[in-house]
Amino acid sequence: MLELLAQTGLNAVYAASYISLVAVGLVLIFGVMGVVNFAHGELFMAGAYAIVALYADMHLPFFMAVAVGLIFVGLLGLLMERALFRPLRDNPLGGLVASIGFLMILQALATMGFGVRMEHIPPVTQEVLIFSDKVRLPVSRLYVIIAAVVLLSALWFFLKRTRFGWALRASAQDPEAAELQGISIARTAQIAMFIGAALAGVAGALTAPLISVNPHMGHSVIVTAFIVIIVGGVGSLEGAVLASVAYAFVHTFVTTFFDGVIADITGLSLMLLVLIVKPTGLFGSADRA
Amino acid sequence: MHKLLLWPIFGAALIALPHGLSFSQQEILVFLTINVLVVSSYRLLTLTGEWSLGHVVIMGVGAYASALYTKELGIWVPVSMILGGITAALLAVLLSFPLFRMKGFYFLIGSFAAGEIIRLLWKRFRDPFGGPKGIKGIDPMPDFSIGIYDFDFFEPVSYYYFAGVVVAACLWILWRIERSPVGLTFHAVHWQDKLAEASGVNLRAYRTLAFAIASGFAGIGGALLGHYVGTINPNSFDIDLMVFVLTWAIVGGTGTFYGPILGCVVLTILNEIVLREMGFEQMRPLIYGAVLILSILFLPNGLESLVQKGMRALRGKSRSKEATP
Repeated sequence: MLELLAQTGLNAVYAASYISLVAVGLVLIFGVMGVVNFAHGELFMAGAYAIVALYADMHLPFFMAVAVGLIFVGLLGLLMERALFRPLRDNPLGGLVASIGFLMILQALATMGFGVRMEHIPPVTQEVLIFSDKVRLPVSRLYVIIAAVVLLSALWFFLKRTRFGWALRASAQDPEAAELQGISIARTAQIAMFIGAALAGVAGALTAPLISVNPHMGHSVIVTAFIVIIVGGVGSLEGAVLASVAYAFVHTFVTTFFDGVIADITGLSLMLLVLIVKPTGLFGSADRA
Repeated sequence: MHKLLLWPIFGAALIALPHGLSFSQQEILVFLTINVLVVSSYRLLTLTGEWSLGHVVIMGVGAYASALYTKELGIWVPVSMILGGITAALLAVLLSFPLFRMKGFYFLIGSFAAGEIIRLLWKRFRDPFGGPKGIKGIDPMPDFSIGIYDFDFFEPVSYYYFAGVVVAACLWILWRIERSPVGLTFHAVHWQDKLAEASGVNLRAYRTLAFAIASGFAGIGGALLGHYVGTINPNSFDIDLMVFVLTWAIVGGTGTFYGPILGCVVLTILNEIVLREMGFEQMRPLIYGAVLILSILFLPNGLESLVQKGMRALRGKSRSKEATP
């Protein structure tokens, strides 16, 4: 029993890692631009397909493929900012609707380019860390955990210790006051969009060999990310990370002891409960909706 | 004078319409008729300023309820369709307690979560919802004859006439509701909520009422669909269909009663007839997405704003003609 708990805990840490990468990106975009990016799950998918194309088909080294995928999805984010979110700044529902349109385009492109079948990606490494007979951690999962810790720490440092990060937080708090101080809102929006998208892309790229890659994989990702950012408080990066960990543990344990559908229902019910009791989320302060 | 003539001509055109179409196009026409009801009921909800992402699941509630009433209780199909609508409306009243504690973006996400929970419950509980495979062999509408026309409901044309009459009746009711003092209050709840509340309007009650009425008609739409296709499952009412409904409403525009209907008809013709016939099967979602983006960027008030501009131009012309004899 103890071993089962330990193994489930390890699974939960892995889930928390990629969920928090996705959710933090979504929160960053919402915080700086005030836009709910419905296509965020498809950015995750784009990262996964970058691995299919570069690593599985073209046989580039895995981590080089991940790096290219990161930049590619970040550029997709820049494209969305320029083409969709900037012209729709004054339309509160517009950005969301446009991102739904973008989501359909990305899904269709993935289907046209790769087909609807699930992609087979050769494993990156077969190595497994063995803690005991029943407690194991595949090294490819460890990569995801390490990447999440490193990238999120780097993001934290960037936001709290650099001038760019300071400008970014200022324009999230009060765009007009930030602009009066000489901060370019368009520039901070671009940085936020690039980072947010790239985080989703890198999560998709790193998990691609571990999950089934198909054009509709973004749906469950965006549902999970919404649950996490609502529970954590829209606009709170720390809240998103904490809620990712909490959600991953609840979901993984309920899946192990009951089943996956019950786990999904539990997660959604928790989110509804938070929305009813404290709509600003458990850790939320900024309310821009 | 010519306005009175317009409606019978329009009706006659709708009756004649399916006879010039192929079988598959007739089937699409049935779906289009049902979707017109769904998107119009969605507009009633948007009158109060709330955008829901659970509307299609509510439509599914009507379909599931009506299918189960006929299957388990042996209720006559037309009655069970109405009961399906009532069930959807009652569920909406129940859902309004948690959901209407939220507004705007939070309501959007909350309605999405509530809808997903309902869908997952259908998936999880094989009894009575049939699990992931859903309900099969739903009783079809029983055939009948009205003397001049024999309704054979395996024919899409017959079902088109039947659904057309039901949908027309529902649209007329929705139109009357919108023009009634209740409908005007819905507008007030959206645009002047503080003022309306200060004038003694119970905001919560009116929002709930709009949600329940919209859900009821969506439920009837779902029931119409279920008894036509014969098989429904949780994926028949997933977020993809919701995105379509949202797209129709946005592309058409929600400022007028006909806006969402216009969006639904135009996009369905574009999607099913033009793109399918031209062989762009895989590219259809791509073009749909592009249309959605282009219309929100360049036509933020929807197709209806084009119609209004056109009408104004026509009127301006006829007036200038009168002025110069």
